[in-house]
Amino acid sequence: MKVLVAVKRVIDYNVKIRVKSDNTGVETANVKMSMNPFDEIAVEEAIRLKEAGKADEVVVVSMGEKKCQETIRTALAMGGDRGILVETDEDLQPLAVAKILKGIVEKENPDMIILGKQAIDDDNGQTGQMLAALLGWPQGTFASKVELGDGSVNVTREVDGGLQTVKLSLPAIVTSDLRLNEPRYAALPNIMKAKKKPLDTVSPADFGVDVTPRLKVLKVEEPAARSAGVKVDSVAQLVDKLKNEAKVI
Amino acid sequence: MATYKAPIRDMKFVLYELLEGDKLCELPGYEEATRDLVEPILEEAAKITEEVLFPLNRSGDEEECQWNEGKVSTPAGFKDAYTLFREGGWTAIACDPNYGGMGMPKMVNTMVEEMICSANLSFGMYPGLSFGAYTAMHGFATDELKDTYLPKLVDGTWSGTMCLTEPHCGTDLGLCRTKADPQDDGSYLVTGTKIFISAGEHDMTDNIIHLVLARTPDAPKGIKGISLFVVPKYLPDADGEAGEFNNVSCGSIEHKMGIKASATCVMNFDNAKGWLVGTLNKGMQGMFAMMNQERLAVGIQGLGLGEASYQGAVEYAKERLQGRSISGVKHPDKPADPIIVHPDVRRMLMTQRAYMEGCRAFGGWVSQQLDISRKHPDAQRREEADEFVQLMTPIVKALFTDLGYEATNHGMQVFGGHGFIREHGMEQYVRDCRIAQIYEGTNGIQALDLIGRKMPDKAGRLLRRFFHPVQDYIEQNVMDDELGEFVQPLAKAFGRLQQATGQLARVGMGKPEEAAAGATEYLRLFGLVGLAYMWCRMVEVAKDKQDGDEGDFYRAKITTARFFMQKLLPQCSSLFSSIMAGGSSMMELDEDLF
Repeated sequence: MKVLVAVKRVIDYNVKIRVKSDNTGVETANVKMSMNPFDEIAVEEAIRLKEAGKADEVVVVSMGEKKCQETIRTALAMGGDRGILVETDEDLQPLAVAKILKGIVEKENPDMIILGKQAIDDDNGQTGQMLAALLGWPQGTFASKVELGDGSVNVTREVDGGLQTVKLSLPAIVTSDLRLNEPRYAALPNIMKAKKKPLDTVSPADFGVDVTPRLKVLKVEEPAARSAGVKVDSVAQLVDKLKNEAKVI
Repeated sequence: MATYKAPIRDMKFVLYELLEGDKLCELPGYEEATRDLVEPILEEAAKITEEVLFPLNRSGDEEECQWNEGKVSTPAGFKDAYTLFREGGWTAIACDPNYGGMGMPKMVNTMVEEMICSANLSFGMYPGLSFGAYTAMHGFATDELKDTYLPKLVDGTWSGTMCLTEPHCGTDLGLCRTKADPQDDGSYLVTGTKIFISAGEHDMTDNIIHLVLARTPDAPKGIKGISLFVVPKYLPDADGEAGEFNNVSCGSIEHKMGIKASATCVMNFDNAKGWLVGTLNKGMQGMFAMMNQERLAVGIQGLGLGEASYQGAVEYAKERLQGRSISGVKHPDKPADPIIVHPDVRRMLMTQRAYMEGCRAFGGWVSQQLDISRKHPDAQRREEADEFVQLMTPIVKALFTDLGYEATNHGMQVFGGHGFIREHGMEQYVRDCRIAQIYEGTNGIQALDLIGRKMPDKAGRLLRRFFHPVQDYIEQNVMDDELGEFVQPLAKAFGRLQQATGQLARVGMGKPEEAAAGATEYLRLFGLVGLAYMWCRMVEVAKDKQDGDEGDFYRAKITTARFFMQKLLPQCSSLFSSIMAGGSSMMELDEDLF
């Protein structure tokens, strides 16, 4: 069984995000970049399937500038077998990513694709679902447990109000939630091995995908600073404020 | 609160922008150490130190090691962290691939060591001592002993110690009394008591391998009769695993000011079986191989702690609102300005920063030369690099730990009263750093090593390994429009260092006490000139990159360099005066009058 994992290079979760002074986006120069934490969980899950003898190969895909190679190498150091970088300087939106992934899937024929449920930079949470629609494959999103069966996979999903378990026939798409597993630290010998693992570089054009953004960012602003609170004199006044000022009841 | 993020950006600056780290992989044996491998190693080391070791730093300090009937337990979480560390291959990073090591250069290992020391110095002591034991055995033990012990020390399933000190014998190892009786099978029975043995006993590994200084029955008196022995806690069995108990026991552990989660043990050897490492009566050779490495490593401890303290202090100074800026309100939306607006707080933060970034660069330079001294194909280059490292070893040890201690104190001071409270973690850095000025040869001993051994060695040839490149650099750059501002103060300080060197060399011949009296000041003067030289070179790299993507980073380098030159380097004047005044005022007073 072959598992494909998609990983995104994002601003490290520890970094305090700063909005660019011209409001076109967030500052990325001189900012630490890492693998999207949800994708790390996806990689870990794929490697565990391999270690359990249930998968034979874990292929790691990333898209974006050349430096995404580092993100792929990180996944290979954790235990992935080989990498594919789709190199482009274009700003990739979820639909474009899903279309390129579809092209890769058609070439690689994996039995399962694991993605993070969302990336912590844009927080779209769309790629997995779009890819499932494009491929016509079943999807198990927000997975907190993945149990592989014979030709199928049971995915426990974190949904509002509890857990839902779905059975998907393979090939299928799984997107990982935080509680699926705890990703490992890469061991030194594996970091050294990762350097020698195959990593192919391709371009969106190889899949005939037009990656031109469909959405235009008009403006990026910091959230308004929190202002000081006020003391209310009575419950009646509180209700009044909630109703007429905050308009929440 | 204390906080720690590995300064990866600055480490990469030192490795790849300042010091030609790209060329490491050209040295035979370091082919693997290409930038695309080294950077992920640093990133992963950062993760482990930040996420695994750092969270155990304060709890380890509170809990301390516990001794019970000869058994020592490390604080909660240490054993699991060690297992993760070991399984990740981190004990093997700089070890010989023939014994399972990763063969990474010292330059890379120094960066990783710094992160470990910043995150949790107590923890770092355990693998640190193992690496010392590994080094002595790798250099001097027979192949049979190496095959038995090194793979286990490298993969970290066994740990190591160095047993030098005895109750009556610390700095003066010639007084050592532990005895080793030769047996017919070529082994020795070792008996004696060693104290201050870091990692002497603990619960993190299957076996503990002690490297013990002892003397055989007919050994000459003093330092010339000392031999080095390897004495395991458990004798290796037929399969090479920890077998029969070898009469090595821990009598007690010390209750210390700092590094409380590092077990400092009294070790009793009672007819414990051991084997000679190296040549009989030449035990100091192996011990020095280990000790020189450890001295550099202890210097890095000072740097690591200073860095951690700086990070905590910066965060606090930006958050703590107190008073208003004396040049006018800076944050009118807040009830007060953050204390980082105040000049005196700036003085402390900038001092920490200028010292630690300077030390990182300086330490990187020494590590680079250590790599060259070991691996360069040209014998002459190896020898020159080795001479440089010998010269710099006492300076790195003493300077970095003194500056680290000053830096940790500044960090604590920035916190005001809260710095004095244990919960904030800042006073721990001060306490943990204090020992670094003492062990592995006190800083006073380092200064004596510098003036007594390193300065006269080979008729001053070691000195030239530093003086010549600095002299050349000054001549080439002192008139430069941009660099001149930095090179001129370097030139002035360097002139004083040359003069002080001449003075000590002259008086040292006839009145060694006069020279010794100025040794500590001389070492600091030397070290500050070294830092000034590194700051000039950093400015040289940074000046052309100020307008790029990372302009902030490079402009900060230049500003910090300016602070160093204007506010810290002037210490050289007072050090110089003190050295030139000689030592009569301190030697004159009759002992009875003390």
